[in-house]
Amino acid sequence: MKRGKGLTFVGDSRIQKYDKPKLNRDYSEFPGRTEEFYPDFLLKEWVTGAVFLIGFLCLTVAHPAPLERVADPTDTGYIPLPDWYFLFLYQILKYTYASGPFNIIGAMVIPGLGVGALLLAPWLDNNKERRWTKRPVAAAMMLISFGIIFYTTWESVAYHDWETQNQQGQIVFSNLDTEDPVFQDLIRSNCTSCHGGELTGGSGPNLIEPDLNAETVNAFVTNGSGDMPAFEDQLTEEEIQQISEFVANLELTSRDEAENSSN
Amino acid sequence: MLNRIYDWIDDRIDITPIWRDVADHEVPEHVNPAYHFSAFVYCFGGLTFFITVIQILSGMFLTMYYVPDIVNAWNSVYYLQHDVAAGLIVRGMHHWGASLVVVMMFLHTLRVFFTGSYKAPRELNWVVGVLLFLVMLGLAFTGYLLPWDMKALFATKVGLDIAESVPFVGEWIKTLLAGDETIIGAQTLTRFFAIHVFFLPAALFVLMAIHFIMIRRQGISGPL
Repeated sequence: MKRGKGLTFVGDSRIQKYDKPKLNRDYSEFPGRTEEFYPDFLLKEWVTGAVFLIGFLCLTVAHPAPLERVADPTDTGYIPLPDWYFLFLYQILKYTYASGPFNIIGAMVIPGLGVGALLLAPWLDNNKERRWTKRPVAAAMMLISFGIIFYTTWESVAYHDWETQNQQGQIVFSNLDTEDPVFQDLIRSNCTSCHGGELTGGSGPNLIEPDLNAETVNAFVTNGSGDMPAFEDQLTEEEIQQISEFVANLELTSRDEAENSSN
Repeated sequence: MLNRIYDWIDDRIDITPIWRDVADHEVPEHVNPAYHFSAFVYCFGGLTFFITVIQILSGMFLTMYYVPDIVNAWNSVYYLQHDVAAGLIVRGMHHWGASLVVVMMFLHTLRVFFTGSYKAPRELNWVVGVLLFLVMLGLAFTGYLLPWDMKALFATKVGLDIAESVPFVGEWIKTLLAGDETIIGAQTLTRFFAIHVFFLPAALFVLMAIHFIMIRRQGISGPL
């Protein structure tokens, strides 16, 4: 707003006289048919909104919001994954020249340039032409950014280990007693990094559900199997026996029983 | 009767101009999908607003059950999901709405960009729009932790590690958000809850108000 000298009023010192034309053009200046917002157009919007809402409600019923088991900071084997709209950034941070010693590029420079360019777009692309085909540089930059976001998101999804991902967070109620000294001292330091913080599986299999006996577990822990290392040299026979009995004793329970056993 | 109530209020506080600003305007042909179906691209902004309203309402109902502490947070969400009438639907709306609002906002940004609608005199509204986008991403990030399940905790850990890797101010930002230099725990959850339901929504409302007032003052950009 103009201030100071040269400011003129319409006979009343509170009402300024504008010499600039109004910014908000009357739509009758635009070619074609206009429509009243209220009530005609609003009614159509309302109907469209209702249809959209029905579809949206069907989605929420068909696919309930996921909930994994309660957060356990000690479970070091868990593979983290952000929500899908941050995947592109997560993927960029995995590239050699955007991670490790170049982390500042992935964490600061690339997102900073992106947000900065977006914020300043009106001044970076300041000619009067509005048609995107007539401003190839701006349009190309936007298409390239869109392409990068799309590609990195796809790459992140395509190369993620979804089998482990879906296995690792499941809500399982078992008679596992995390206060038990065997769990505290032996299992937490040797088993949970692969079998999950509550032994419900990670890169190694679930130990709660299969009906294992102590001898089988003992043999696995002593000799190893497949990707699983042998613990013969790291643990005493007595410790292996304690682990075996603890694991053999695990079974699924109802939620109420699980709460009782852990409290 | 209704007219007399309207007149009574209007005599005192002159609400007709407000009503004019909100509803009494023309919708030009080039943004009206009833005339040109391709004009549906002009609906993305309105849809973003619609889903934002869904987010606000469903979020208000979620806070009736949700408890922001590390002992009860997960249990309250589990209870909400399994035992509360329609809890599954309300949480589902909030969960899927978060994704949809990001999608719609992205499409709205692309529409405004490719129709060149951010050009003079609408630069300021574009800037406010970008700020709204950032606030929404902030809401998405802070909201993801609240159920306090495994994916929430570890995704937040990654996010805070990224924040920490920013030179000079990184550790300060992390401590501000997490409430502690190393632990992601009770403090983090209450801070994220406060940011998610008080700080960012306040910013969101102010920015949205500015966004809409500017649209009303400047009108929709003309046809290409």
